[in-house]
Amino acid sequence: MKLEVVLPILIPLTAGALSLALWRSVRLQRLLGVLATGLLLAAGIWLMRSTVEQGFLVVEMGSWPAPYSIVFVSDVLSAIMVLLTGIIGLAIAIYSLASTPTGHEKFGYYPLMHLLLAGVAGAFLTGDIFNLFVWFEVMLLASFALLTLGGERAQMEGAIKYVTLNLFSSALFLSAVGLLYGMVGTLNMADIAQKVNSLEDPGMITVVSLMFMISFGIKAAAFPLFFWLPASYHTPQVAVSALFAGLLTKVGVYALYRVFTLMFTQDIGYTHNILLWAAALTMLTGVLGAAAQFEFRRILSFHIVSQIGYMLLGLALLSPLALVGGVFYIMHHIIVKTNLFLVSGITYRLMGSYELKDLGGFYRQRPYLAILFLIPALSLAGIPPLSGFFAKFIVVRASLESSEYLIAAIALVVGLLTLYSMIKIWAEVFWKQVPDHVTDGGGLNSGLQPRHTLAYYAPVIGLATCTLIIGLYGQPIYSLAEMAAHQLMNPQLYIDAVLGGQAK
Amino acid sequence: MELVFALAIGTLTSTGIYLMLRARTFPVVLGLTLLSYGVNLFLFSTGRLVRDGQPIIGGADIYSDPLPQALVLTAIVIGFAMTAFLVTLALRSHADTGVDHVDGAEQSSTTKESSGREEADQ
Repeated sequence: MKLEVVLPILIPLTAGALSLALWRSVRLQRLLGVLATGLLLAAGIWLMRSTVEQGFLVVEMGSWPAPYSIVFVSDVLSAIMVLLTGIIGLAIAIYSLASTPTGHEKFGYYPLMHLLLAGVAGAFLTGDIFNLFVWFEVMLLASFALLTLGGERAQMEGAIKYVTLNLFSSALFLSAVGLLYGMVGTLNMADIAQKVNSLEDPGMITVVSLMFMISFGIKAAAFPLFFWLPASYHTPQVAVSALFAGLLTKVGVYALYRVFTLMFTQDIGYTHNILLWAAALTMLTGVLGAAAQFEFRRILSFHIVSQIGYMLLGLALLSPLALVGGVFYIMHHIIVKTNLFLVSGITYRLMGSYELKDLGGFYRQRPYLAILFLIPALSLAGIPPLSGFFAKFIVVRASLESSEYLIAAIALVVGLLTLYSMIKIWAEVFWKQVPDHVTDGGGLNSGLQPRHTLAYYAPVIGLATCTLIIGLYGQPIYSLAEMAAHQLMNPQLYIDAVLGGQAK
Repeated sequence: MELVFALAIGTLTSTGIYLMLRARTFPVVLGLTLLSYGVNLFLFSTGRLVRDGQPIIGGADIYSDPLPQALVLTAIVIGFAMTAFLVTLALRSHADTGVDHVDGAEQSSTTKESSGREEADQ
């Protein structure tokens, strides 16, 4: 039994159950929140170390041999995602200590957060397609409840769209799983990957793959299925927004990566071409949508959509360099995007608004916060030497190498427009004077409560440091992404690792 | 049996999707429920339709595949929880906003227009 593969799921599940048992004591729940996410991060590091050493880690549940049991598989991509889940989980748990309203904490904020993390980690680690569905639902149900916690009017409106579209996507996912099972008679992803190549009806496989693409595309917020995201992500309290922004759509992206490198590579000219154009349009529409927004979190939400395009681009080109770029982009994006949401939460706490017109004067009053915003913001736009520059550089270079010049041009233009949005926030929130209609400097003069300051700033500083490290000390991260891409490009490695000797 | 089964799935799915395209929460909830019924039935059929078969190999000559049955059971349980949540959400949203439009609000002109259309429907 390789404990490190199941620990990232067991820790948050146990913590969620314990938090429920400690319903009456918010203090203990808070302590447990930080403790369990810290443990999750430690488990993620452990998992990363042994995955890098051994290549693949496979755990068969109940010790049944591979195609019959549910397997949990950790390859380098899974390990990277789990490690990022740990980092984001810990950052959010600390930030929540200060930012979460007491009412939310009393009504199950912490148990839900743990369950969400369990669902996310489970989706990253499972090697069984139906089990993936179950983890998706665990994650979704927790996210529904987190999204509506507090019950404000805007939250309800956003949640209805979010819930409806996600349920539809689940129904589609389920029927695609059913079709696939009807054809190959197995649910184990490695076994499916091995058997789809010997089917006599390749057309049907393409149909199924497109059903998966639409279903995961909705969850990843890809064009044209992204409308639920900007409608809902700015409505819950900020720690929840940041958690969603970092992890939820990336689960959809991960699922696309897994499925379209392992199982559906028969008709690359067709499926991956659709992905390519979806990626380009996702980038464009996301960034153009952001240009029209004047609310801090709405701008950031639209930028999630546009950044998803870059990740899909890495997958769509399906060359080793493109996959390196895609994986690198995911790593960079999760950290940066969460951090930007956390900064928006601090500005909200100080001045009581997310509207750009009601904010201002932060550079004069809080120069350190301004710098902490600049690091992820410039990184998102791709300014060297921050992490986003290298991520964009690799993806654009990969598209040039595949002679997709138009796509490369779109990617570059989108980078420029991202910079425009970030400058807009910078100019409005940080650079300009405190607006006249805001009386006595908003809350800027009084500032945060001293006991909250650490919990607000520590995660932001920590994540900004991660961004700087990825940018300035990128070689180890790059080689990690390279290992992940190598495994994704050679699905036979995955199949052999899961099915062992009997594969042949 | 296959024909009846296929027709049932088709009817459930198409009615479900038709209802989901309405702009009111209640039809959308019903639509999602019907769609999930359709998907569940479809999932059940992926193990092939067998009459009088045991879900055990070796017990008799005819056997049915137990795996889709397990999948359907899981999907039903999950679908039940999701529907319950969605109904609560729709009720709460209606109580808060006073309208049951999925966009949470609608312009007065479209209100008249759509309510007029609904009266015409009835």
